[in-house]
Amino acid sequence: MTSATVATPATDAGKGPKSAPEVSDRARHENRLGQRLVAPAVVVMLVVTAFPIMRALYLSLYNYSLTAPEDRQFIGLSNYLTALTDTLFWRDIGVTVLYMVVTVAIELVIGFAFALVMHRVIFARGLIRTSILIPYGIITVVSGFAWQFAFTYQNGFVNGWLPFIEDDFNWFGDPVPAVIAIMVSEIWKTTPFMSLLLLAGLAQVSEDMVEAAKVDGATWWQRLWKVILPNMKAAIMVAVLFRALDAYRIFDNIFVMTAGAQGTESISFLTYRQSIEQFQLGMGSALAVLLFLSVLLVAFLIVKMFKVDLAQARGE
Amino acid sequence: MSQESPSTPSPRRRPRGVRRRRGLATAAALALSAGLLAACGSEGKPTLTWYLNPDGQATFEAFAEQCSTDEYDIQTRLLPTSATDQRVQLARRLAAEDSQTDLMNLDPVFVPEFANAGWLLELPGDTVTDDTLEGIAETVRWEDKIYASPLWANTQVLWYRKSLAQEAGLDMSQPVTWSQVVEAASSVDGATVGVQANKYEAYVVWINAMIEGAGGTILENPEAGVDAEVALDSDAAREAARVVDELASSPAAQADLSVSNEGTALAYMFGDGPGAFMVNWTFVYKNFEPGDANDYTKEQFDDLGWARYPRTVDGQESAPPVGGIDIGVGAFTDHPDFAREAAACITSVENQVELAVTDGLMPATQSAYDADELAKAYPPDLLDLFRTSVDEGGPRPKSAFYATISGAIQSRWHPPSEVDPETTPERSQEYLQAVLEGKALL
Repeated sequence: MTSATVATPATDAGKGPKSAPEVSDRARHENRLGQRLVAPAVVVMLVVTAFPIMRALYLSLYNYSLTAPEDRQFIGLSNYLTALTDTLFWRDIGVTVLYMVVTVAIELVIGFAFALVMHRVIFARGLIRTSILIPYGIITVVSGFAWQFAFTYQNGFVNGWLPFIEDDFNWFGDPVPAVIAIMVSEIWKTTPFMSLLLLAGLAQVSEDMVEAAKVDGATWWQRLWKVILPNMKAAIMVAVLFRALDAYRIFDNIFVMTAGAQGTESISFLTYRQSIEQFQLGMGSALAVLLFLSVLLVAFLIVKMFKVDLAQARGE
Repeated sequence: MSQESPSTPSPRRRPRGVRRRRGLATAAALALSAGLLAACGSEGKPTLTWYLNPDGQATFEAFAEQCSTDEYDIQTRLLPTSATDQRVQLARRLAAEDSQTDLMNLDPVFVPEFANAGWLLELPGDTVTDDTLEGIAETVRWEDKIYASPLWANTQVLWYRKSLAQEAGLDMSQPVTWSQVVEAASSVDGATVGVQANKYEAYVVWINAMIEGAGGTILENPEAGVDAEVALDSDAAREAARVVDELASSPAAQADLSVSNEGTALAYMFGDGPGAFMVNWTFVYKNFEPGDANDYTKEQFDDLGWARYPRTVDGQESAPPVGGIDIGVGAFTDHPDFAREAAACITSVENQVELAVTDGLMPATQSAYDADELAKAYPPDLLDLFRTSVDEGGPRPKSAFYATISGAIQSRWHPPSEVDPETTPERSQEYLQAVLEGKALL
């Protein structure tokens, strides 16, 4: 809808005053055409997003198991109450936040280093940029399996490479190593995305400012901290926001590598288990709603933390 | 489409492009609708779809071919490997009233859940006869009706290397207990005990068999569904927890104990070192039998021994796990009579014999066990052991909420290294009760 309205004055402006009434007629038709063209997409959006959201809200008020549909019973907010007073829910929230904080922090550092390399590289630029981006082109499930094989002691290479680890150390036998293995897979897979977003931010930093700082005698470190980073704050915020929300919904790597065993389960995985494995559509929907609300909260907190105006980040 | 793009700017050639595209679209639509019509079976010979689990897939495909008649064809579709994923996929189809789920291979523990949900058609009373082994016959009954046809009956025995038992000084001619097995393996450097203790269904199979073996049970009245009485805070469950703890803290525990499954345990048997004791399903015999598919030697195979499932407590007969596959007929099939007929054909005695000989998946009937082909393919004492184990096996709780029960137990008993005989049974009792009452998240 927005694009159609915005397009109209642009067309008018391009045509000049002479043909104004004629064009206005045409513009009106175009506008109407635009609306008609957009309408199917709007309907599809309503069907595929608004309907499921409303349906999830509705179902979350019921005790409803797929295997006993006749026993469906309205229970109000009981599902929410059960979830919010359950230790499992809070443990999974904690684990999820841990995944998010650790992976995003490490990805930010490594991603920034990669972005600098991609920005500054003067030879084989295409090759280096492509190589850095390859992990992001791999499907998460595939990378999850690859890392699972890498970490298994029977046929993996990780134990052999790490000098302080026994050859038959079972990475998936205890919570801490299992969580580390999942994080490694997650970081390997998504760091390129982070570096791509940061590269866009780096490209926006004016070379003149960096040059000026250099002339003033600023060291490389000072230029990075005082000139480059403050000027790409908006890009960093977008990168952190995107990745944090992604990391908060972590699912594939857990599903593939541990299937939630050893306390590696995230909140998305818990929701999946309730709805898909246990067929508890009521509780599953309540958890999905809580997941949605917590994603909103995380987004809000990050925006507040960085104190960045989103409109400014978009360059408006 | 990419070939047409260059022609688009030319106004003269455009109509031809459009015509051609329309022609293609019409052809595609016709082809698609023809395919749909064929799939629906509204015209001509109907096709029944049979959902298979991967064990014995090639043999099942041959059965599908054999059991196709002039009136209908049977096509096969493969389900995922794990029992839990098989259940999820079938349930999602059946909850959507899929008319093309005509026949399905079901893990016996999920028959009550599917029957209770109205997803299975009732089968004729003679599906189960006196010929059917009692252990597996019980799995297809729900509320005094028969909802599936036993295809093959699985059970676990204790597999071991004779040389290892000898070295450890364990007399395998007498019934052995879990403690004796763990102790024997611990006494030989590098020897292990293989179980299935990943966080999945087979771990509950192990726990249940040990509880049943100590005279206990997980649920007192499983048919009561969510109102069933949980009986995990019992001496039998404490004995089972003691065994788990004993193994997990002994040198006989395999390094991948907490992620071990039916396949990982096999590798320890004839790998480096003295080998292992292992509880595992019947397929193990065919797995180690030297052949084209493996490189085990005759010497290794001759060293393979078997005994009844270990006892949980001394002096009390063990209750070996019962598994296998039952065939169910989907409640929403368009061809119920054909599907019932096909199920009967697939589960024929001859087919059960073939499945046992080719794939090591043992029969569900007495007469199949008596077949000459089976006597040629297996040593008589092993056949006898399998049959007795199925007949005297300890079933898992027959509940429409089995998946919930199993999930709750896995949640409190995994990983094995955290199992404490003093607290785990009690904690799992409280948790399972709360989960069944909808008061705790699973």
